[in-house]
Amino acid sequence: MNSQNPLHTESRWRKYQKEIADDHYYYARSCIRQNFFPGSERAFLKIMREELNKDIFDDPRHTTCTGIAYHSDIVPQETTSTVIARHFALMTEMGYQNLAISCVTSFGLYTELLETWKHFPEEETKIHEMLWKATKREFVKPKNLAHSSDIFFHNREQIAAKSQFNLINQKTGESLKVVEHIGCHYAKIFPEKGVGGAEFPYVLAGMVESWGGNVVDYPERRHCCGFGFRNYLVMANRGYSVANSKKKFESMKPYEPDFIVANCPGCSMFMDRWQYTIAEMEGTTYGKNGYGIPVLTYEEMAGLVLGYNPWDLGLQMHQVSVEPLLDKMGIPYNPDEKYKVKRNVALPLKPEILMV
Amino acid sequence: MSTLYGMLLTDVRFVEGLNACMNCGVCTAICPAAEFYNYDPRKLLNQVQLKDESIIEELLKSETIWYCGQCMSCKTRCPRGNTPAFVVQALRKLSVKLGFFVESEKGRQQFAIKRTVGENILKYGYCVHPEAVAPSMHPEQGPVWQWVHENAPSVMERLGASYQKQEAGTLRKIAIEDLDELQSIFDVTGGTEMFETIEKYSAQQAEKMKLEFNDQTPNEYFFNVYTEDNHNHQRNL
Ligand code: SF4
Ligand code: SF4
Repeated sequence: MNSQNPLHTESRWRKYQKEIADDHYYYARSCIRQNFFPGSERAFLKIMREELNKDIFDDPRHTTCTGIAYHSDIVPQETTSTVIARHFALMTEMGYQNLAISCVTSFGLYTELLETWKHFPEEETKIHEMLWKATKREFVKPKNLAHSSDIFFHNREQIAAKSQFNLINQKTGESLKVVEHIGCHYAKIFPEKGVGGAEFPYVLAGMVESWGGNVVDYPERRHCCGFGFRNYLVMANRGYSVANSKKKFESMKPYEPDFIVANCPGCSMFMDRWQYTIAEMEGTTYGKNGYGIPVLTYEEMAGLVLGYNPWDLGLQMHQVSVEPLLDKMGIPYNPDEKYKVKRNVALPLKPEILMV
Repeated sequence: MSTLYGMLLTDVRFVEGLNACMNCGVCTAICPAAEFYNYDPRKLLNQVQLKDESIIEELLKSETIWYCGQCMSCKTRCPRGNTPAFVVQALRKLSVKLGFFVESEKGRQQFAIKRTVGENILKYGYCVHPEAVAPSMHPEQGPVWQWVHENAPSVMERLGASYQKQEAGTLRKIAIEDLDELQSIFDVTGGTEMFETIEKYSAQQAEKMKLEFNDQTPNEYFFNVYTEDNHNHQRNL
């Protein structure tokens, strides 16, 4: 039968692969990642340049893409498209053709823009004119759009070759059980633009497997984290957001995951913060002994594997403690350094219920 | 074209989003908003494709169009290649343009989003910024975020960010010339006009509701739209 023919399976799988540029990227930063995971973007650039010897340009003129405002419907499509076109123009001016995008919302929008222009070429002409009128800039469309995780996926074996730690429980010798979450806009809008599409999420799973871990395939794996844009941004609506995350936590809990790794900076933040909220609201915790399930960004996961100091990576900015995971992986850390900054500042308060 | 349906047709998202809905309900089955709210994207698409002006006007004034979380799960699944989320975007844009958004509780929230995320964009060059995520408005962020917020310069320095510095790097200060370019893009592309429209109708609505309204954020009207919940939105409640 066809489905058992490995060649046939391989050709089918090819549909779920995407082209990922090998070098020379223009970096499109993320508002949410910079805000909540500043250590992750720094680690990304360090790994790209120092571990993988890639050329990546970090442009101070790059701004928000307005994506959060766009999906909460306070700015028109033309505005967002022209802001993105300005980023294309800055990339063009610096002599780059490949984008490395740090945010899943941006990635979805940049992709959507290029796809829309294929179907509605007059829209592209309009945006060229609007950008020229507003900024006197011109752009060439990028050749390759990669989410920054795609690039780590592409280089996962090189990272594995340099690893100091594996995703393995040092006490038991067993692979860590990892929940991965690729984020809705990574592959639900244009499945062919994400590794594995919307059905077979593989961009993070590929990293996890190469670095020694096991991916947990749980029922609500593909469900939204619940950000929901206006459903989080406005206080009155946040029940929607937390309810969706809770649905995922309840579904993953029986598998006792050692940690969650997320693709999208928003999802990473929500899955961390909503565990705190649920604990304080109703006393439910999802990790062992009253702790939560640690949530990592893929940059943090790669950084730990490469032996970077957890507090240089910014893991102290998480509300769910990461120490249970560090202990399992056998990563040494100094608890006294966790919240240390140059000035003498008070430590964060402790939650009432969630153990930290 | 001056019919509401005609106005929707000028939005490419509407053209992309609605081919012909066969009412199969697959979108509703996967929709997280349908699970949480009294919301049904299948019904919404069917109502719109009827091209009945009074039904469309009712929708533009309703709570219904504001429930979608824009997760795009419906786009992956619709067997007819429709995207209910795109249709929702077009409806919301028209609702703002015509001032109908202030007629629903969820619609009025556009003002709070404009005053927060919207203004962050033009002030900081980011949708979110450590100064702007105030723990009082974000209790769910927890004590660690409060610590970051209160000590942002030191924490960001510890993490090697370029916080408040005009240079490349994480959370750098966006230069005034770049913010000016953003403003100019907003002026040319209708972003500024949309902000002004949200402000204009919200000010009128505040007057109707006898709530204080001014340039300060928060003000009484802001608090109202940011926190008000009549508890009629959810399913099975
Ligand atoms: S999945 Fe598509 S065809 Fe089916 S009800 Fe939804 S929009 Fe209509
Ligand atoms: S994008 Fe909106 S309508 Fe579509 S599945 Fe998500 S919440 Fe439902």
